[in-house]
Parts: sequence; structure tokens; C-alpha cells
Amino acid sequence: AVSLPFAVGQCGNQVGCRFWDLALREHAAVNKKGIYDEALSSFFRNVDTRSGDNGPDIYKGKICSLKARALLIDMEEGVVNEILQGPLRDVFDSKQLITDVSGSGNNWAVGHKMYGCQYREDIVEKLRKTAEHCDCLQCFFIIHSMGGGTGSGLGTFVLNLLEEEFPEVYRFVTSVYPSGEDDVITSPYNSVLAMKELNEHADCVLPIENESLFEIVNKIHQMINSGKLGSTVKQNSLVTSSAGSAKTLQEKPFDAMNNIVANLLLNLTSSARFEGSLNMDLNEISMNLVPFPRLHYLVSSLTPLYTLADVNVPSRRLDQMFSDAFSRDHQLIQADPKHSLYLACALLVRGNVQVSDLRRNIERLKPSLHFVSWNQEGWKTGLCSVPPVGHSHSLLALANNTCVKPTFIELKDRFMKLYKKKAHLHHYLQIDGMEQSCFSEAISSLSDLIEEYNELDASKGGPRIDPSRLKIAV
Amino acid sequence: MSIVTVQLGQCGNQIGHEVFSALCSDIRGTHGLCSKKENESYQDSCKERFFCEEESGVPAARAVLVDMEPKVISQTLSMAARSGHWKYNSHSHFCQKQGSGNNWANGYSVHGPRHKEAIMNLVQKEAEKCDRLGGFFTIMSMAGGTGSGLGAFVTQCLRDAFPTSFLLNHVIWPYGTGEVIVQNYNSVLTLSHLYRSSDALLVHENDAIHKICAQLMNIKQISFRDVNQVIAHQLGSVFQPAHTAGGGSGYSRNPLGDLLEPLVPHPEFRMLGLRNIPQMPQSSLAFSTFSWPGLIKHLRQILIANAHMEEGIDWQVRPPHPGSSIPSTNKALHFNTSIANLVILRGKDVHSADLGSFQDPSLYTSWLNPQDAFNAWKTPRAFNKYEKSAALVSNSQFLLKPLDSIVGKAWNMFASKAYLYQYTKFGIQEEDFLDCFTTLEQVISSYTNL
Repeated sequence: AVSLPFAVGQCGNQVGCRFWDLALREHAAVNKKGIYDEALSSFFRNVDTRSGDNGPDIYKGKICSLKARALLIDMEEGVVNEILQGPLRDVFDSKQLITDVSGSGNNWAVGHKMYGCQYREDIVEKLRKTAEHCDCLQCFFIIHSMGGGTGSGLGTFVLNLLEEEFPEVYRFVTSVYPSGEDDVITSPYNSVLAMKELNEHADCVLPIENESLFEIVNKIHQMINSGKLGSTVKQNSLVTSSAGSAKTLQEKPFDAMNNIVANLLLNLTSSARFEGSLNMDLNEISMNLVPFPRLHYLVSSLTPLYTLADVNVPSRRLDQMFSDAFSRDHQLIQADPKHSLYLACALLVRGNVQVSDLRRNIERLKPSLHFVSWNQEGWKTGLCSVPPVGHSHSLLALANNTCVKPTFIELKDRFMKLYKKKAHLHHYLQIDGMEQSCFSEAISSLSDLIEEYNELDASKGGPRIDPSRLKIAV
Repeated sequence: MSIVTVQLGQCGNQIGHEVFSALCSDIRGTHGLCSKKENESYQDSCKERFFCEEESGVPAARAVLVDMEPKVISQTLSMAARSGHWKYNSHSHFCQKQGSGNNWANGYSVHGPRHKEAIMNLVQKEAEKCDRLGGFFTIMSMAGGTGSGLGAFVTQCLRDAFPTSFLLNHVIWPYGTGEVIVQNYNSVLTLSHLYRSSDALLVHENDAIHKICAQLMNIKQISFRDVNQVIAHQLGSVFQPAHTAGGGSGYSRNPLGDLLEPLVPHPEFRMLGLRNIPQMPQSSLAFSTFSWPGLIKHLRQILIANAHMEEGIDWQVRPPHPGSSIPSTNKALHFNTSIANLVILRGKDVHSADLGSFQDPSLYTSWLNPQDAFNAWKTPRAFNKYEKSAALVSNSQFLLKPLDSIVGKAWNMFASKAYLYQYTKFGIQEEDFLDCFTTLEQVISSYTNL
């Protein structure tokens, strides 16, 4: 089953680029014989390029030329051009790209209304072509940032399109949310306008905050430089780097941060691609983690961030991995799930980890977590046999938890600060199709969402009254 | 008579593979502790029942493999082929690509009708290869989407297409602390639907088998494979050829009928539990000896006290005195009342085993004669390297508490309406849920009032 990623905007494409690089590396490590298999086909087509770039797809046998199943969309050319000139140039062809030159000026309306309208047919056509090559399309991934214009505006336009054209295919969105100190002044507008679209059209959203990524990068940096106890970090195990160079962390912090997000996506799809004793498909993630359609924002955490060079992993280390997944150091957003309410939680484990390890750790961690009364045992688990490159095992935790509420409240506050003064509004309202009501509807949608979380939080810690069972006449 | 097995979903296929492996390994073994002639008769009977001879000489399991995603079937087929001793027929499988998403409604209402023809064609083909069809055995988990939802649909189709054949569902109950968050919904939907079409449900609970692995098998890092192998051993002890009609008449020619007819006298009571002792690591087998009186005593107490294994049995539990005036609802909650029981003994000196204690009327409800309520099969040919082994298939209150717990949790979640939109999206409405809850509350009530 195929997962189709769409990278939209600068951030989206930079993450996307890291993602494709890591995906190739992961499959190369597993697929020693160079045979095009089921696992590879979820992300790549196998094209016979002997007669040129437009050769037919080869469904079995040796790998000829791997082409990524993806669409790369950006209204500026810089990032996409860099990708096409870099080591991944053969993985994409021009039929998968949609670019323009002038960018969206950090304006959601330009991305969504203007470019959306302009490129609609082009996007639909390329989307259909890409989908045609897929045996069985299971889900779409949109990778974008919320604070700018293209990723945020055009990205959510694409989200809408996906729902119209392929209503049955799941839509996962990986969204990078702006921080309070974001240098784009209008990022709150862009984010809230985009949130409305995510509320209404996404099946699942994985919010990411740069602050968290940055802290993870720093933590690793310190670990490497501290030379603690003479322990060395296995180079190719850094979640922040593919080539394993520690220099990368200092020279290109965004690359390191993007790598983390790329790893998240790789781990998320691992059980759908590789075998294991308890498979976890993407449609299962959506089914189990989203009890009510609008409450689909999941906090993700990833461990380990690196592996020390010594090979033996006693069980105690394994348990540490589970503890880490529930520590804020490993989360990709700034939030406090332990003091909020869990609606559901998923654990996707890779490597030599068995069901008894899972159970032992769930038993151990459960008492310190608050689960909603109607879902006290709300754990979804998956065991994938193939670990990520450079690690013997890894864990991805996804939590549907009310701890995302503060993030949304802050976003709303930042939005209101600008909106009250009507700051910069004219840049948006001058775009065709954009009206004041777009703003009021967007903030209303966000407020409603916050209110739903409030109601759930209110139920936390209250007396537990189980509903009475049906009575049967004897 | 031959049995056609239908393996459904990841669990069903993983377990199915272990079952055929165990059966094959048992018949190839030389630990039968019986005459060569007896051994050959046992082998022939097992082969006829579960395998089909092919031109290649490698026996092919009489099985249809069904899953909505390809990885598990692919692995199962290749693992079997690698054994060199048996395999699956290369055409007897059906799979799709996208899975069922742990959604019972998706499995039942979407995949079911869509793939009915293809799946039933494969079943028909397997059934036609049997000289005499003894019935169907399906293996599924009730927690996920395919085994549970598509499994329930296929069971219905089997019933419709083969109205006079025996139909036994082997159902795996998930760990209490989540494998799947919506497992209780899926379970309620599955059990209520199976109850309408199937002859009986033979149940294994992951939690119980896990304890066996931890405490009896001494496995440190327990994998699903370990759990599945214990389950396969227990199933093998029931399904391998047995003398069901007392002395000298050869192995049973009607394995499912002989199993189900005495155990399911009333359609309201279809839930069967399975116990098997002794259970130990293969490496310890050579150093252990057992006596029939000892095994029988333990097995009886396992029945009475609703234990799952030889360790941790509560010996305080006793059946009520017959003729006492304690009404059934006041009976000590831990005494397990039976409707009917079947004990299957295999191995050395089996005919010396005295099962009189299982005929004690105080173990049973009053509606059957104890002679009818209790049956025994004694087979001298030892099973799976155990010098002596004793299995119990019981129609009793074994599953009452676990069932009640699942229904309770599902009801709790249903009251909050969580996840319901995922089911209504595929055509299972709240009213359908209510029907299923009603059916199961009825079953719970019936078993409670034994």
C-alpha cells in the first residue's frame, strides 16, 4: 500500500528532501539483493530508464531506476532547484514538480486563494498521474509549515483538493508550527487560517515545533562533545544526520532539525512497509487515535536520538527507551502530556522488541499517566521487526492528549493581538476571494477546538461513574 | 474426514502456520510410544484430516489463507515452504493491499461483500479436494479488523454455503491492556455475529497463554511466536486423531462432530474453553514424569477453580454439595459450573486413567445426565513428545468473567460515543451495536444463571 508525500513550500521541501534521502538509505540497508519489493514500492516506483526518462514501470525483479512517488510544490524555485541539482536529482522528474518564481510573501491568502486557483488544474492532473502509478493508495502525507505563505496556504489548498479527488484516502499532515519568536510577523494569521483547514479536512495532524527540534539538536551536540565516560556515539545512528557527520549539527542546524522530522515519517510508515509480529498500518493509526473527528492532533516523540557504540542492549536499556518516549526531551512539540489527559496512545516499536517488553513497560508507565475514563486501557501497539539504520531498536510514541491545548491557546492569543489592531489585514483582504469572514471563521474554528479540549479536561479527575449495563429479563 | 481451515487476518495466519507445523512435527516424530502400526494409522489419519497429498510429495495443508494486506500471508507461505515437510497450496490464498484498519465495519461491510466470491471459491476448491468433508475450522483474532470483521462475514458465508457442515471458530481474545484501542468494540461485534452462524467458539486468551509462557515455559522475552506455539500445541492436543468411541474402533472419522455434539447441547451456550497440561519447555520433558491420577486431579481442579495452568490453582474452591438449598445465584463466585466437558488423554498407559471424578454430578448443571455431560477420549499414541498429556475442552463458566469484562469496557466506551463515527462511516450504526450488546448480555445472563 502506497503512502504519497506532498512537500509544499520551503520548509516542506527541505524536510521532504531529508525524508527521501533517509528512505533510500533505509531501504538500501534492508534490501541487499537489489530486488524491487513490496516494501520499496510503498515509496518508490521502479522505472526502466534504458530508453529514457519516460520508460515504463517495472513491478518486479531487479531495481532499475527508483523514482520517488511524490509531488514537490513550491512557489519559489530555490529549494526545489537545489534538490534537483543535488544527489537526489535522479529520484524526481519534472512531472512531479510544481513551481513558480515569486513566492507567496508569507501570505496565506496568496498561497491558498491566488496560487490555489492558478495551479488547481495542474495539481489535480499531476496528482492523478502520480496516483495512477500506485497499485493501492492508502494515504497522503502533506509536509509543510504553518507560519509562511506557500506551505501554509497552498499546502492547505492541496489538502482540500485531496479530499475532493480522493475522499477515501487518509490525509496525514505534518505541520511545523511557528514559535512565539518567529520572525515572520504574520505567522499567527497564516497559522490560524491554516488550522481551520486542518480542523476540517485532515484525518490526522502531527504538529511539530521548531523549539523542540532545536533542543533535541542541542542535546545531541552536548552529548557528542561531552565525551562522557569515553562513550562514542555510533555515527550513522544520529537522528539528526544521515551522513553521520557531527559537523552537520553546527553548520546546518536546519538540516539536523529536518532530519528529525524525516525520521518521524520513516518510523510512522515502517510497520506498513516491513514485516513484524504485530503490524500497524496508517489507517490503523487514524482509527485508534482519533475518537472524535476533530480531535486529531497527535503529540509525537521519538527515541532513541542516537545509539552508543556498544552493541549489547540489556533489557534495562530497552526499558529506558520506553521511559524516554514519555519524557519531554524526546517530544517534537512543547507540551506536557503527563499532566494532561490522554485520549489514546500508540507505541510503534522497531527492532528486536517482543510483546512481553511492550507489556512490561505499559504496566510500568501506566500509573503515572491520566487516561480518559472511557478509555482506561487506550493503548495501540505495533511491532516491526526491522530497526532503523544504525539502531537495534526504536520507539515512536503518538499521543492524542489534551496537552496540545496550550499551544492552540497561545496561537489564538498571538492572532488576536494582531487582529484587534487589524495589523497587516489589508495584505490579505486585497487578494481575490479573501474576505473578513475568512478570519472570523478561522478564529471561531480554533476557539471551538479549544473548547472541545476544555470539556475533556474538565472531566479529568472527576468521579468515575460507569454507565449502567443493559438489563436482560431472565 | 477432512477439515478445511480458514486462516483470517494476521493473527489467524500466524497461528494457523504454527498449528500445521505442530501437527506435522508430531506425526513425523518417533515419540509416539506405540507400535509402528498404530503410529502409521495415526499419521494416515492426521494426513487425511489436515493435509492433501500433492504430486511433489510434500503434503499441502487443507487451508485457505485470507488477509487484507500482503505481508503476513507472504511470510506464512514462505516459512511453510522452507520447512520442507509441508506447505500451503500455492493458490489457496487471497489478499489485498490496504488492510482493514482495525475497523470491524470495514472488514465486515466493505471487504466482506467485495471479496466474498473470490474467498468462497477458494474454500469451495479446498472442500472439493476432500473425500469426505468433516467441517470448517476458522482461526481469527477478535481485536483487529480483518480476522474479526471479515472473519465474521466469512463465517456467515460458510454457514450459508454449507448449512449441514460443522463450523468451529477459534477466536483469540486480546490482552486486556490494549493491543488495539477499539478492540472491545471489535470483540463485541465479532462475538455476537459468530454466535448466530457458528456451531461453537473455541477461545484462547492472550493473557492466559502469556502467563503460561512466563511461568511454565520459562521464556524471558516472550514473543507472539512463543504465544502462538503454545496455542498450536493446545489445539493439536484436541485435533490430532483420537479414539473417541471407546476401544479398538480406530481413530475418529468425524472429529468436529465428535467434539461439538456432546459439548454444545443447547444453542444458547456455545463458548468453549481449552486447557492442556502438562506444559513445559521441550528441554525439560526428558526429566519429567507424570502420573495419570496427578494430572487428572490437577485438571479437575483447573476446571472447578477456573485456573489456566498447573501453577497457582486455588485448591480451596469446591463444588457445592448436591441437594443443598443454595440457589444458583448465590453460589461461590469462583466455582465454575459446567454444562459439558470433554477430556482428551494421550500417551502411556492411558487406559489405566480413572476419570470418575469428572463425572461428579455437582460439577454440572442439572439438565443433562452426568454420563452425557462428560465424555472422554483415550488415545495411547503420545502427542508432541509429551509422555502423557491431558486436555480439557469445556462448556462452562470459564469465559463468563472475561466476556463480562469486555462487554463492560465496550459499553463504557459506547456511552461516550467515542470512535463510533469510524464504524458508522462503513455502515455499522448505533442500533447495530445495541443489538450486539443485547445478544451478549443475554449470553452473559444465561451463563451466570447456570
